[in-house]
Amino acid sequence: MARTLKQVDVVLVGFGWTGAIMAQQLCDAGLNVLALERAAAQTTPENFATTFDQDELRYMWRHHLFQNVKYSTLTFRNNTSQQALPMRRLGSFLPGTAVGGAGVHWNGQIWRWLETDFKLKSHNEQRYGKTATAGLTIQDMPMGYRELEPHYNQFDLVCGTSGQAGNLGGAKQPGGNPFEGPRSAPYPTPPLTMTYAPTLFGAAATGLGLHPFPHPAGNLSQPYTNPFGAQLGACTYCGFCEKFGCGNYAKSSPQTTLIPYILTKPNFELRTESEVLKVERTADGKHATGVTYVDSAGVEYFQPASIVVLTAYQLHNVHLLLLSGIGKPFDPATGEGVVGKNYCYQTMSGIDVFFDDKLINPFIGAGALASVIDDYNGDNFDHSGLGFIGGSYVAGMVTGGRPIEMTRVPEGVPKWGLEWKKAAAKYYLRSFGISVHGSSYAQAGNYLSLDPTYKDQFGRPMLRMTFDFPPNDLKMTDYVTDRAAEVARAMSPSSIHIKKRQPPYSIVPYQTTHNVGGTMIGATPADSVVNRYSQSWDVPNLFVTGAGLFPQNPGYNPTGTLAALAYMSAEAIKNQYLKAQGAPLVSA
Amino acid sequence: MRGSLARRKWIDLMSARDEHGAIDRRMLLAFGASAVAVTAAASDAIARHDGMLAGPSEMVTNSLPWREGAADAPDAASPGPLKFLTAAEAAFLTAAVDRLIPPDPTGPSASEAGVVVFLDRQLAGAYGQGHHFYLEGPWSEGTESQGYQSRFTPAQFYRHAVAAIETAVGHANRGKTFKDLDPATQDTTLKRMESGDLALDGPITSKAFFAMFLQNVLEGYFADPLYGGNRGGKAWEMIGFPGAHYDYSPWVKAHGQRVPVQTVGLRGRAGWSRS
Repeated sequence: MARTLKQVDVVLVGFGWTGAIMAQQLCDAGLNVLALERAAAQTTPENFATTFDQDELRYMWRHHLFQNVKYSTLTFRNNTSQQALPMRRLGSFLPGTAVGGAGVHWNGQIWRWLETDFKLKSHNEQRYGKTATAGLTIQDMPMGYRELEPHYNQFDLVCGTSGQAGNLGGAKQPGGNPFEGPRSAPYPTPPLTMTYAPTLFGAAATGLGLHPFPHPAGNLSQPYTNPFGAQLGACTYCGFCEKFGCGNYAKSSPQTTLIPYILTKPNFELRTESEVLKVERTADGKHATGVTYVDSAGVEYFQPASIVVLTAYQLHNVHLLLLSGIGKPFDPATGEGVVGKNYCYQTMSGIDVFFDDKLINPFIGAGALASVIDDYNGDNFDHSGLGFIGGSYVAGMVTGGRPIEMTRVPEGVPKWGLEWKKAAAKYYLRSFGISVHGSSYAQAGNYLSLDPTYKDQFGRPMLRMTFDFPPNDLKMTDYVTDRAAEVARAMSPSSIHIKKRQPPYSIVPYQTTHNVGGTMIGATPADSVVNRYSQSWDVPNLFVTGAGLFPQNPGYNPTGTLAALAYMSAEAIKNQYLKAQGAPLVSA
Repeated sequence: MRGSLARRKWIDLMSARDEHGAIDRRMLLAFGASAVAVTAAASDAIARHDGMLAGPSEMVTNSLPWREGAADAPDAASPGPLKFLTAAEAAFLTAAVDRLIPPDPTGPSASEAGVVVFLDRQLAGAYGQGHHFYLEGPWSEGTESQGYQSRFTPAQFYRHAVAAIETAVGHANRGKTFKDLDPATQDTTLKRMESGDLALDGPITSKAFFAMFLQNVLEGYFADPLYGGNRGGKAWEMIGFPGAHYDYSPWVKAHGQRVPVQTVGLRGRAGWSRS
C-alpha cells in the first residue's frame, strides 16, 4: 500500500529541459511545485568537470549519462508482422537520465520550425494537391509560427543562443537564414567563429547560389548572463558537447540556465531517485488526483497534486499515458485512437569529405559549430514532380573529433588492417562530415504501444516501438543527399563518401535522439491527445510537454520547438487555467 | 509491486560486483546493507551515475545539491596481471588485435598500444558484466535491425566466442590455434568472421562477435590512456588528435595550420608527474 504524502499544487514527472521550464514558470506564479526525477542529481563540478569530461569511452561508448537499458528499455520492431524484441543496448537514440535529462548531453542545436511546418498538411495539399500527402498521417499544428514566436524568443533568452538572424520582423538580414519566419529579436549572442571546415562549406554553398548561415548554437560565442542571473561562459571549442556534459558552463542546459534559480525558490522541491509509475485519477477518470511513484528503497508513495505535468522524455510520457489508461491507444488496424499515434523520428544521412591538401583539425569543434543551408528543407524548394514532400538542412558541421567515433577513412578502404591504419593516420586531420538532417513524416504503421510480452522492472508492460522509414522520407533523403554531394564536390576534395540512409530503420547505429509524436497536440480530441495548450482532452488537470506533442518531425532538431510549446503551456496555466478553476481551456 | 522490485534488485546484487570484487554500492543502499563497508571511490562513482534508482532518494529544496570536492572521477585500469582473460584467450586476442591494427612505422600495433590489457580490464569490469545491457528473457534471434539479442554479458560473450573460434580454427588447421596460423590465414579467418562465414558451435555467430570485437579494439586503441590502451597516447599521436585539451579557441581561425599542442590524456602525460 502506497504511503500518501502531502498535497502539492503541481507535480512534474521528470526534471530535464521542460521540467525546468515549467518549474521556473509555475514557481514564479506562486504555485508549490514538486519535481520527481527518476535518477540522481548531477552538477557540473561533480559530474562533468573539465578535469575528466573529455572522456569518449566513458561518456559515449559506456553510456555514462544515458538511460540505462538494464532498468528502462523498450521493445522494437520494424513492422506489425514482426515480433518486437527488447532494445538490449542503446544505439540509434540516447535518452538521458538524472537531473537535466538529455539536456545535459545534447549538442545545443537550437532551431525553430518554418512557418509552413506549422500547417504542413494544408499547405502541401494546397500547393501540390491531395495526392502529395497520400499515405501519410501528417497534420497541422493548432497554432501558427507567429503565435509561438514569443515563446521561441523566451527560450533563446534563457539559453543565450548564438546566431545570426535572417529575418527580423519581416526584414531580411544578410548572413542569416533567409527562409526563417520573422523574429521579434536578434539572437542574444553573435554566432560562433567558423573553423576551417564550415568556412569551406559556406564558400562552396555560396558559389552554388545557396544561402549558408551559422548554425544557431547553445554553445555560446561569448559570456552571457540570462534573465535568471545564470552566467554562461564562452565556448572553448573543445569538441565534447554531444554525449557529454559541458564542464565549462558554455553549453545551455537546465543546469547552466534555470536550475540554479529554481533551487533558490522556497516553493520548489526536487525529489531524486523517484520513478513515477502511474497517473492516478478519480473514479470517473476525469480528474487526476496525483501520481504514484517508487523510490530507490522500493517504497511506493502516492503524491497528491492539483496539476500533473508529464515532463519526462517523449518515450516515457507516451508510456505513462498508456499505463495510466488515459486517452485511447492508437490501433493501426482501424486507424482509431490517438495515444502512441504518429511516432516519428529523423531521417539522417551524411557525406564524409576528404582532402589530401588541407588540414581540417576536426578536434576543434562545438556541438552546433556549422555552416548550414536551409535551401532544401521543408517547403523552401519546389517539390513539383519530385514525388515527395519535406526536406533536410545540410550542415558542414564539426562537433568534434572524438577518435573512436570520428576517425574517417575514404570509401573502399577496409575497416581494419594495415590499409585502414595508414588511411586513418593520413585522413583523421584531413576530413570532416556533412550532416543531412531530414524530416520524418507520420504514416499509420509507425506507432507506440504497450508490449504484450516483455515487462519492465516494475512488472509493467514495456513500451513497444513499431517504426520504419516511410517511402516519402526515403525519396526525400535520397534527393537532398544528392544536393549535399554537389556542395561537397564544390569544395574540391580528394574524395567524398556519400552515406545515404538505407532501409530498414535499425536501432543499432547512432542516428539522433529525436523521438517525437505519440502525445500529439491538435485542434480536436479526434486527432490529438492534448489541446493547443498541451492540456489533456480527457483529464483537464493533466498537461504534457516534450517532442511527443509533434504530429510529425520537421527537418530540425526538436529542442527549440518543444521548449517554446512548454512556455506556451505554462503561460496558459498561469493566465487562463488557474482562473478557469481547472476547466478545459479548449472546448472539445 | 515491492516484491518484484526487490527480486530484481537481489538478482542485481548477486551480479553487481565491480572489478575489485566489491559489491556495487548502489545495491547496498537499495537494501540498506550498511553493515558492509564500501569505500572504493570507483563504486561510488558508478553508484551516483548509474541511471535509474541508484543512490538514496534525496529531497532538495532551497539549496543547490552540490558537494564540495566530490567528483565523479573515472575508474582507471588497475595495474598487475590479467584479471579476466585466460592465457589461451589472451594469446588469441593478442594475435587477432595485431591483424586488425598491425605493427608498422605509422604507429603502434593494437597490442603494443595495450589493447589486450584494455580488453581484459573492460571484460573484468562493469562493461564485461553487462552494465547498460538488458539481458532478461525471453530471447529470440531477431532481425539485424533489432540489434544485440544475446542473453550473454560481454564477458560471457567473449568467453564462449573465443573458445568456439579456436575450435573452428583447430578443425580447419590440423589442431593449430589462431596465434600459430600464418598472418594471411589469420586475416582470412578474421574476414570469414566479419562476413559471418565462419560457422561456430553454440549460440554466438562469428559475425556478431566480430562486430563487438572490432568496436572494442577501436575503443582500446583510441580511448584515454587511463583505461589501459592507447599507451602513452601513441595512437592519438599517430592520427593527430591532441587528446583531452580544454581550450582550442586560440586556433579557431588558424585555418589549415598545425595546432602546436602536445598530446595529453586526462591524467596528464609523461613528464607531467611531480614525483
